[in-house]
Amino acid sequence: MTHIVVDPVTRIEGHLRIEAEVDGGKVTNAMSSSTMFRGIELILQGRDPRDAWAFTQRICGVCTTVHAIASIRAVENAIGAVPPPNARVLRNLIIAAQCVQDHVVHFYHLHALDWVDVVSALSADPAQTADLAMSISDWHNASPTYFKGIKERLKGFVDRGQLGPFANAYWGHSAYKLPPQANLMAVAHYLEALDWQREFIKLHAILGGKNPHLQSFLVGGMATPIDPNSQAALNIQTIAALKKLIAGAKEFVSRVYIPDLLAVASFYKDWASYGGGVGNYLVYGEYPMTDGPKAPLFLPSGVIRNKDLSKIEALDTEKITEQVKHSWYAYEGGDGVGLHPSKGETKPTYTGPKPPYDTLDGNAKYSWLKSPRYDGLPMEVGPLARMLVAYGSGHEKVKELVNGALGKLGVGPEALFSTLGRVAARGLETALLAEKMGDWVDELAENMGRGELRIHDNDKWDPSTWPESCAGAGFHEAPRGALGHWVQIWKGKIARYQCIVPSTWNAGPRDANDIPGPYEAALLGTPVADPEQPIEILRTVHSFDPCMACGVHVVDPAGSELARVKVR
Amino acid sequence: MRRIESALRRELEARGISRRDFMGFCAGMAALLGLPRSAQAEIAKALETKLKPSVVWLEFQDCAGNTESFLRASKPTAADVILDLLSVDYHETIMAAAGKRAEAALEQVRTTKKGAYIVVVEGSIPTGANGAYCTIGGKSALQIAQEMCSHALAVVAVGTCAAFGGLPAASPNPTSALSIGEAVPGIKTLINLPACPVNAENLTALITYFLTYSKWPALDRYNRPLFAYGKSIHDACERRAHFDAGQYVERWGDQGHRDGYCLYKMGCKGPATFQNCPNVGWNENTNWPIGCGHPCIGCAEPQFWDRMTPFYQHLPGVPGFDAATTIDRVGLYATGAVGAAFAAHGLVQIGKRTLAKARDPVTTEPAPAPAAKKDGTP
Repeated sequence: MTHIVVDPVTRIEGHLRIEAEVDGGKVTNAMSSSTMFRGIELILQGRDPRDAWAFTQRICGVCTTVHAIASIRAVENAIGAVPPPNARVLRNLIIAAQCVQDHVVHFYHLHALDWVDVVSALSADPAQTADLAMSISDWHNASPTYFKGIKERLKGFVDRGQLGPFANAYWGHSAYKLPPQANLMAVAHYLEALDWQREFIKLHAILGGKNPHLQSFLVGGMATPIDPNSQAALNIQTIAALKKLIAGAKEFVSRVYIPDLLAVASFYKDWASYGGGVGNYLVYGEYPMTDGPKAPLFLPSGVIRNKDLSKIEALDTEKITEQVKHSWYAYEGGDGVGLHPSKGETKPTYTGPKPPYDTLDGNAKYSWLKSPRYDGLPMEVGPLARMLVAYGSGHEKVKELVNGALGKLGVGPEALFSTLGRVAARGLETALLAEKMGDWVDELAENMGRGELRIHDNDKWDPSTWPESCAGAGFHEAPRGALGHWVQIWKGKIARYQCIVPSTWNAGPRDANDIPGPYEAALLGTPVADPEQPIEILRTVHSFDPCMACGVHVVDPAGSELARVKVR
Repeated sequence: MRRIESALRRELEARGISRRDFMGFCAGMAALLGLPRSAQAEIAKALETKLKPSVVWLEFQDCAGNTESFLRASKPTAADVILDLLSVDYHETIMAAAGKRAEAALEQVRTTKKGAYIVVVEGSIPTGANGAYCTIGGKSALQIAQEMCSHALAVVAVGTCAAFGGLPAASPNPTSALSIGEAVPGIKTLINLPACPVNAENLTALITYFLTYSKWPALDRYNRPLFAYGKSIHDACERRAHFDAGQYVERWGDQGHRDGYCLYKMGCKGPATFQNCPNVGWNENTNWPIGCGHPCIGCAEPQFWDRMTPFYQHLPGVPGFDAATTIDRVGLYATGAVGAAFAAHGLVQIGKRTLAKARDPVTTEPAPAPAAKKDGTP
């Protein structure tokens, strides 16, 4: 048996450590540890709840909108503010743009190098590469001259002996299966996607002032005024700009991302049988289609147990708990209990080895993440969970996309419960959202046209209009999955704040019953050809798109104040 | 057109970037750096001929927002040029290698390029719990920062967390987080590029400045380059005329808001914040926060999470506004002197002091780099 440590896991957001035992060429035990802690919820206590979104937004600069959205929803829920229709539409656009951009960046810049051998691309024939590119798509950058240029650029890079970010990787590993021309095509699209993401995310700058860390969110609405007759507000020029960016996204996703995804997947079909994990999926749902608390959602909420797509269970957020037996926190009631986030009670209590250290003890506490559970069970969240719940709920467009992809790859729905399934679901969701965004731009234009210019619920802006004591929850589907914020407010200040974040669900450690979290479960059975070069571990972990800074949090007991807070 | 022989030119041509595009980029850089137009040729020459300096980008208590911002660097082709001009030998978010091999890459830079590599730091450094609040490869952030920064040619702190401690260091600073300047005292050349996140335009401009002149730009008292942090947001704001005319947004979405009136009464911290947002904008000058209708939150200033909050409460000091309203968390602005300074000069005191210092004789050689101050109070 070999003990493998991968730390840092690179090409992710944040700091993640994986320790695994490999026996007979397969992972037999895995441990996922988050190694960074900031204490943002503690910093939030006593502050103005209207400021909270900016603080929580900085939990993550990659998914730079998600904690702002969850936060304003939580505070709005607590104080009873109702954002007007324009705010909902603007938020939907911002959320969807985040998902589309983030998924593309994940595929090309964070995940692709697990499947694409950059060095192999050096031996590709540009003409054959052009043939391949044209056989899978009618994307315009497909000439032999174009690929020759890419190849020469790469060669120049290698010849200078300064490999920069491409140094020391597992190039030439037997697990790389793509022919040289596919590798060269992927390298070209890696570079194109870098340009594309920069262009597309201008949508966030238009609606949020800048990206990363957009700055147009407000509790009760949005800060972007709308007026078709003003040059200082969102106007018809904005509509035109949004339409152009969305058209560009649809084109890039349908003609580059999806063809690449299917082409790469066709060489790695064996990964449809690895990396399944816990088999339970949780989705809060996203994209309210009307206003108010019971609005129908474009992507439905639901829970799937044990891979059973025939039964989509209704979500009950009261069944969520967090446990700390293997997390560097202490509960007053001990390590055996699980607490609902509204009663979250946590103290950071580091009991691990003093740095520098070589290994962590899997029988003890070993992560800054807690272990969230739903009805006592570990749950996977993210694009795969969303696509599965929508598929099982009969979402026509999702069914069409999923069945289309399965058909092209010649695999059945069981293939979805895997590393490859996760990668594919992310791409399909991107296509779905790039398509859907145009509807919201139309809705915005229609509102503007009929003089519906409201952007904010001003009646609830002044804290003197709030109940002395109130509490609320905000739910959101971030690119990486189900995100929840819980806030309690006392006399206009934050008394308690708690987040349960997608990467906490997915990357959390074992629970009180020593049941592994989704990363840990997904790694079991993963083949590892060479323990010195564990590229296979990266494949499965990256398929979740880890975002570790998001996952780590703490809330301190706020003492007697909390007793006075009543949940609405 | 003259013959171009450099490796860079070949690469650019391979990517379909014309000489004209490239010179346009160099001219833009000259303008951003406040250099005469004649500097364009000098920049171009420098970019084409110099070897790629080794850069290691260290992420500690971060959100990767500065990394993401860097990926948005202006002019798509120019950003690629910049990436090719540096040898980014370590950057967790983008590098292909992982685990031991990633750490080996870092160690190789440290041992073989001693004194010749640039360290970019993103995120604060926690000193609580013996360093256990942030470890990479089992080592504490502090240990890595010390090992790498002590032998660096220069250290560039990107974002407010690395420059000033930022969010993790906000009250009550649960992890005893420090800026890089505080965590590793005595860094020979430290350049702070605060903002949350750093504006990619300012990072690429700094790199170009260094590649062109082989020295670092003039800095203010917080080690911020004057070319990007030399003026207050308020001084260069497109809404300044509305401030001077007494035209303010009173409620979100009111007629004044729709007409682009001044956001001062809604909490704008532009008068107390030094950065070039109004000049260079964000995302290739697509927009900026005030441009989209939201007040500035002062994100480039030290301790802004404590000193600029509550965000929606206006700065004191303008006649007719109630200076004493609900300043209950942090009493920074609650002094008559601050109010008087703002009334007299259109700047609050912390801004004024920074500006005064910035006008002192400035360094143009590698900065003497005092440790970054935690705040601007006397």
